[in-house]
Amino acid sequence: MRTNRRDFMKVALGAAAGIAAPYGFVKNINQAWGAQSWLQKGKPIKVGLLFSLTGGLAVPEEDSTLVMQYAIDEINKAGGIAGMQVEPVIVDAKSDFNVYSEKTKELILRDRVISIFGCYTSASRKAILPTVMSQNHLLYYPTCYEGAECTQNTICTGPLANQHSKDLIPFMVQQFGKKVFFVGSNYVWPKESNKNAKVWLQQAGGELLGEEYIPLGSSEFGPVLNKIREAKPNFIFSTVVGASDIAFHKQFKQEGFKVDSMPIASLTTGEIETKAMGNEFGAGHFLSAPYFQALDNPTNHKFVESFLKSKYGKNGSTHYNMEETYTSAYVFKAGLEKAIAKVGLEAVTPRAIRDVSGGIKVEDAVSPEGLIWIDDQNFNTWLKPKIGQCQADGSFKIVKAAAEHVAPDPYSIYPDAGKCMADGLKAPDGKIRKNVI
Amino acid sequence: MTAGSFFTSFDLSAFINALILGISIASIWLIAALGLTIIYGAAGVINMAHGEFIMLGAYSSYMLQSSFGLPFALCVPASFLIVAAVGLIIERGLIRYLYKRPLDTLLATFGVSLVLMQGVRLLFGSDPKYIAVPPAFSSNIQFAFINISVFRVVVLLVTIAATVALWALFYRTRFGVQVRAVMQDKEMAASFGVNADRVYMLTFALGAGLAGLAGSLFGVLNIVLPTMGAAYVVQAFLVVVVGGGTLAGSVAAGGATGELQSIFAYFTNDTFARFVLFVLIVVFLRIRPQGLFAPSAKRR
Repeated sequence: MRTNRRDFMKVALGAAAGIAAPYGFVKNINQAWGAQSWLQKGKPIKVGLLFSLTGGLAVPEEDSTLVMQYAIDEINKAGGIAGMQVEPVIVDAKSDFNVYSEKTKELILRDRVISIFGCYTSASRKAILPTVMSQNHLLYYPTCYEGAECTQNTICTGPLANQHSKDLIPFMVQQFGKKVFFVGSNYVWPKESNKNAKVWLQQAGGELLGEEYIPLGSSEFGPVLNKIREAKPNFIFSTVVGASDIAFHKQFKQEGFKVDSMPIASLTTGEIETKAMGNEFGAGHFLSAPYFQALDNPTNHKFVESFLKSKYGKNGSTHYNMEETYTSAYVFKAGLEKAIAKVGLEAVTPRAIRDVSGGIKVEDAVSPEGLIWIDDQNFNTWLKPKIGQCQADGSFKIVKAAAEHVAPDPYSIYPDAGKCMADGLKAPDGKIRKNVI
Repeated sequence: MTAGSFFTSFDLSAFINALILGISIASIWLIAALGLTIIYGAAGVINMAHGEFIMLGAYSSYMLQSSFGLPFALCVPASFLIVAAVGLIIERGLIRYLYKRPLDTLLATFGVSLVLMQGVRLLFGSDPKYIAVPPAFSSNIQFAFINISVFRVVVLLVTIAATVALWALFYRTRFGVQVRAVMQDKEMAASFGVNADRVYMLTFALGAGLAGLAGSLFGVLNIVLPTMGAAYVVQAFLVVVVGGGTLAGSVAAGGATGELQSIFAYFTNDTFARFVLFVLIVVFLRIRPQGLFAPSAKRR
């Protein structure tokens, strides 16, 4: 068909009118494209739960999903947030980093959740952060991590590397001796954690005999244990994670190492790992964490009892990662209430929640680990790390609790990079960079 | 990395310990690969579900122990039987239709691996399980400066026993003659009255059973999880490919890779040792793609 000039003009005018038409009726251009406000009266508050329910990361992350559902049920039963019910949108990230970032887009653009709770590994967090930041959205990252990040779209309720080993290293040096051997999984978190641990070790007057990294998922610890046998340290500092961690503890005992003379001080080996390896392999070793199932306070007793009784408690234990996820739900609740009070229900955005979250406290009566609060500059959490020793029955005995809350500092070992402030990373020369990952 | 840290000071007793450990690592590599050697060598099936057969072996032991209170020493042979039965069912139900289409077996067995993994997750949940062993197994033997854990010795002994038994089966029995005849030329063997279909079925079940045996041992060294097989299947394929798909080849390849890994790890570290090992394997396969001891017969 030939198109003459007149036909072309007709079509072009028609198309232009069609595109322009909605602009005449809709006051706010964003509304025309479906960008209605994030919250509406009478509709539930949607939050995304982005954890892996299948694949290699399912062991810790399934628990995170379960405990979040438990926390949301609890909040809803107590009347919801500002009178509205919270509705979780649960997705399975399948332990695949591509799926993590894909599902993040879906949660934000299609489901329009107001916040995302998700990720366990730093790798998955780094995979979704670009999307979260470009959408100016909000991620609650509910576990420990290495720091060295300063974004304006995250709130973290787990301990940073600078909080995690601060008490553990001096405690071990004092109890067992100066000589230590570092073992870790070969990726970013153990390496950054060990950099922090070296600072504490130097302050405590300790001596580092060796540092070994094992490929993620490896189960062969023979060579490393042979080296440790040669080096004869007083204790081992471990940042081995996941299935490897269990193989490490098992082979430690099978190779004839004695827990009394050379215990493992770990940042990861908690109740769930001990259960997986068998109590006899975990007994006697040490863990530093803000939370233990055995913490003796009324809030925790209530949390443990009612969680394990609920339909979400099927895996039979509570541990630090779950508790950090649980408190993140209450950080969200307080933040959203504050944001609604400040800007009104219709105008609440994910970023608005984040901006009012600095200084939010989760009180003793709610937080099983005791009072915590969100730092008003870097939006990580002030908490009290505790040291527990695993007992013969697999539970932990608290042998030391920090007297004071420890401040989170994501750049503690990189003072040259600057300081993480609420509006970005402030370099020593005063320049501020936003969204540094 | 400086040269100083690269070669830590040489110490004879530590080096001998590393060599002994190498034998143990080799036995782990070999027993993981035995079942795959049989299935690949005899039936020519590239079995992607091998890791999941290992995982099934670990779960069989776990189930027998926790539900029926079977002692660990009995769990090991029982796992062999259970997984061999599973292998038999899979062979009869699926693999036997695909012998003439090797690429399809690759996809089909991969599918089987996903089904097995998810099935186990549905049955047992995705939280890790553990297999209890007698206290004697979780200690070590010390002899002068030599240290080795009892359980590593157990794995080594089981590996030796399984290898010798396989050798005897293949070279000292009538069934073994049939298997080797079918391996060399299926049609010719069939024309001499060998039931090739039955030989394939039994070798597949045998291979699956050996994976189950390995799994029941790995469940003690490691963690019992639906995804645990993935860690072993790569090692198993390496051993089989380097070895050339024969029993002798797998023994030699398993021994060499295990020993080299331990020696490299002694001089450098574990991560670097694996890197060097994999580079060496790639170079070796470039020079000798058929593997160490390849069968001289025609391949299908």
